[in-house]
Amino acid sequence: MAADGNMKPAKKLSLKENYAMLTRGLDWEPTYQKKEDIFRMIDFEGIKIHDWDKWEDPFRLTMDAYWKYQGEKERKLYAIIDAFQQGNGQFNVTDARYLQALKIFLTGIVELEYASHRGFCMLGREFPGAGPRIAAQMQSIDELRHCTTQIHAISHYSKYFEGMANFPEQFDRVWYLSIPKSFFEDACTSGPFEFIVAISFAFEYVLTNLAFMPWMSGAAFNGDMSTVSFGFSAQSDEARHMTLGIEVIKFLLEQDPANVALVQKWIDKWFWRGYRLLALLATMMDYVLPKRVMSWGEAWTIYYEENGGALFADLARYGIKPPKYADVTIKEKGRVSHEMWSVFYANRDAVNFSTWLPSEEEMAWFSEKYPDTFDKYYRPRFEHWRQLEKEGKPFTCKCLPQLCQVCQWPCLYTEPDDATEFLHRETEYKGETFHFCSDGCKDIFADEPEKYVHAWLPVNQIYQGNCFLPGVDPTAPDFNPLVEALKYMGLKPGVDGGLLKDSIDAQRWEQWTSRPANIHEGAYTDFVRKTTNG
Amino acid sequence: MTVEIRTTGVKPIRNAFTHLEKRFGDKNATRYQESAYDIQPLVNFHYKPLWEPDRDLYDVRRTAVVMKDWYALKDPRQYYYGAYTITRSKQQDALDRQLDFVEKRDLLRSLPLAARQQLVTALIALRHYEFGANMNNSHMAAYGFGTIFTQAAMMNCMDRLGMAQHLSRIGLLTDGNTGESLTEGKRQWMDEAAWQGVRRETERLFVTRDWFELHVAQNLVADGLVYPLFYQQFDAAFAAQNGSALSSLTDYLMRWYDETNRWVEAIVKTAATESAENATLISGWTTKWRDAWVAALQPIASQILGDKGTSALDAVTTAFNTRAGKLGLKL
Ligand SMILES: [Fe+2]
Ligand SMILES: [Fe+2]
Ligand SMILES: [Zn+2]
Repeated sequence: MAADGNMKPAKKLSLKENYAMLTRGLDWEPTYQKKEDIFRMIDFEGIKIHDWDKWEDPFRLTMDAYWKYQGEKERKLYAIIDAFQQGNGQFNVTDARYLQALKIFLTGIVELEYASHRGFCMLGREFPGAGPRIAAQMQSIDELRHCTTQIHAISHYSKYFEGMANFPEQFDRVWYLSIPKSFFEDACTSGPFEFIVAISFAFEYVLTNLAFMPWMSGAAFNGDMSTVSFGFSAQSDEARHMTLGIEVIKFLLEQDPANVALVQKWIDKWFWRGYRLLALLATMMDYVLPKRVMSWGEAWTIYYEENGGALFADLARYGIKPPKYADVTIKEKGRVSHEMWSVFYANRDAVNFSTWLPSEEEMAWFSEKYPDTFDKYYRPRFEHWRQLEKEGKPFTCKCLPQLCQVCQWPCLYTEPDDATEFLHRETEYKGETFHFCSDGCKDIFADEPEKYVHAWLPVNQIYQGNCFLPGVDPTAPDFNPLVEALKYMGLKPGVDGGLLKDSIDAQRWEQWTSRPANIHEGAYTDFVRKTTNG
Repeated sequence: MTVEIRTTGVKPIRNAFTHLEKRFGDKNATRYQESAYDIQPLVNFHYKPLWEPDRDLYDVRRTAVVMKDWYALKDPRQYYYGAYTITRSKQQDALDRQLDFVEKRDLLRSLPLAARQQLVTALIALRHYEFGANMNNSHMAAYGFGTIFTQAAMMNCMDRLGMAQHLSRIGLLTDGNTGESLTEGKRQWMDEAAWQGVRRETERLFVTRDWFELHVAQNLVADGLVYPLFYQQFDAAFAAQNGSALSSLTDYLMRWYDETNRWVEAIVKTAATESAENATLISGWTTKWRDAWVAALQPIASQILGDKGTSALDAVTTAFNTRAGKLGLKL
C-alpha cells in the first residue's frame, strides 16, 4: 500500500474488473480440514476435474447488481399482478378450458421450479470451485423466484376456479404428477455433475425454448396477462441459466477426455427423460389451449430438430453425438399429443382437470398439422368417442394403466415404426418384472436398476393399498381402493376431472361471464344461450 | 377483449389455498404465506439419493432437533423473493451514496498508513469469513427441512456473498482499486497466527452436517461474536483515532446484522421452546461453539484492540450470553 502523501487518483475499474476484484481470492483453501471432507460429493460419479479455476462464474453478477436488477423486475411484475387482480383479469382469458392448462401448470410445474431451487442449492454447497458455487447459488435463488412468482401469479385464479387450491399436496400424490415429480427427484438424487448436465444442459439449454416459447405465447394468445408477465420476467433469468448449461458442458468435456463417455450417457438419459416430460406440454399445446400458437409437431421441428441439430453439430468436435433415440422423437412427433390426450380423456375421473373431445373444426386443424397421422389413426377414435358421448355413455377406462418404471407415463405409446401397435418393453430384475413405455426408458433402467426399483409408481401403490387416508380400513368389506385413492390424491368426484361440459368451473364461467366455457363447443348452459339469444 | 361481468358481486369461491386455509382459516393469505408454507414435498419420494442412500431427498433426520411442525420456523421479516430483493436493492442504493461519499473524498485512502494497515488486518480478512458463512448457509438451504426455513437460509446465503463483496469494496477504497489490500488480507488470513483460530473454527463448520446445529454455530454464535467485536468494538476504537469514515461503511454491516438477527433468533427461540429436548440440545451446541469461538477470537481481538482486546471480547461475550438467555437457552 502506498505510503502517505503521494496519492494518484484511484484506478477506474470496468464492470468485469470490478467483479474480478470483489471476488478475488475469495475462495477457501482449507488446511485444517481435508478437502474431501468438506466437498464430499464430487468424486463418486467418476468425473475428472483438473482445474476448477477454468470454470468461471458465467453470470459475473455482484450481489448489489443482482439485488437491484432483480428488485426492479419484481417491482414491475407485482405491479402487473396487482392490477390483474384488481381488474378481475381471471375473466379475461379465452374460456374455462384455458383454465385446465393452468391447473396442470400450477400442480405440475411450480414444484419443479422448487425442486430446481433445492437441487442447485446443493451444488452451491458442494462444488469445490468458487465460480461454479456462486453460479449455482444464483440459479438456485432464481428458481426460488420462479416458484414464488408462479404461485403469486396463479393464486388469484384459485380463488375463482377449482383444481388448484391444494397444489403441493397433489404434486405429492396425483398419479400423473409423478411424471414431473420423479423427473426432478431423479436429478436431485443423482450426483452434482449428473444434476447439472441433466438440468442446466439437457433441460434448460436443449429443451427450455420448447417449453418456454409455446407456453408463454399460449398464455399471451389466451389473454392470461398474469402468466405472461411472470414468464417474460423470468426470461432474462433463463438466459443466464442457459449460458451456465452450455458452459458447464464445455468445461466438463475440456477437463478430461475420460469425461466424454459419462457426459454422453447423461445427455442420452436426460434428453429422453426430458422429452417424455414434455409430452405433457405437447398435450397442452395441441389439446388444451383454446387458441393455439403452433402444433407440437411444428415446435419439435423448429426447437429440437433445427436448433438442436445445430447444437450437436457444434459439440461433435468434443466427440459428443446427438442424443440416442432422437430419431424416435421425430417418428413420434405426429402422435404423442393425440395418444396422451386419449389417455387423459379415458382416465378423466382421476385427474385434477376436465377434458373434452376436439370439435370438428379442431380436428380439421389436426388433419392439416398432422397430415400423416391424424386422419389415419386418431380421427376415427375421436369420432367414435364423440358418438358414445352423444348416446350418453361416454367412453371411460375402467382399469388402471400399467405405468412405465422410469418416466411413469402409462405404457400407451406406440411402436416407433408402427402407430397401430402399442409399445411395451419389460425386463426381469432380481426376480421381478418391470415395464417400460419405450426402449429409451428401458435403457435408463438397465443402467441403474437399483435406483429405479425404488420409483414410487402410483398405480402399483394403489394396488398395494398404500394410497388411502389415515383411518381408512383396507380390510373392510366395502373397501374400494380406487375410490379411496382418489380421496388420497385430493380429487373430489364431480368437482375435479370429468367432462368439461359437466364441470362446475364451466358452469360458473358461463354464469359469471356469459361467454362459452369452451369456445370450440358453444354454450353449455342457459347463461350463455340467454345472452346470445336476447 | 372486454370483460362483461354480469353481476357486480362475483364472489371468490375460496380466499386461500387449502394448505393455508388449514393453518390460518379461509381468509386472504399474504404473499409471504403463499411463498413459504408447505411447498417442499413431504411424501412419496422416488429414489434413494446416491449421495446419501439411507435418507430421503428431504428428510427430517438431517438434524437432531425435532419439531411437530417445521413450518413453525417463520421469518419475522416475512421475506419472499420479491420483498427480499426490493428491500436489499433499496438498502444498496443508500449504501452506494455512502460509498460514493467516501470514494470522492478519498476518506479511507487518505488515512495514515498505520491506520490503513490496521483496517486491512481487522476487516479485510473477514471477506473469507463471510464467504465461509455463504457456504454454510447454502448447506442449511440445501439440506434443511421445510421451505419456510430453507428459503430464508437461501437469502442469508446470498446476503453473505454480498457482505464479502462489501468488505472487498472497503479494501478497494483503502488501496485505490489496486487490490493490494485484498491480497494482503488473504495473506494474513492464511498465515498470521492471530487469524488462525477463526479460520480453523470456520473450517470446522464446513464439516458440521447437522443443519440446525450449523445455524446455531454460524448464524447465532459465530456472527453473534464476530459482528459486535469487529463492527462495534473495533469500529469504535478505530473511529476514536481516525474519525468516522469507516463507520459510515460498517454501519451497513451492523444494520444488516440487526435485521438478520430477528430471523436467526426467531428460529432458535421457536425450536428451543418446542420441547425440553430441543432446549437442551440447542443450549449444548450454543455453549460448545461459544467456547470455541471466544477462544478463537482472543488472539485477533488482542491484535486489533491491543490491551483493550480482552475486555472488548468479554463485553461481547457477556452480551451474547444475555441474548442467548432471552432465547430460552441455558449456557
Ligand atoms: Fe425456472
Ligand atoms: Fe431456470
Ligand atoms: Zn417411459
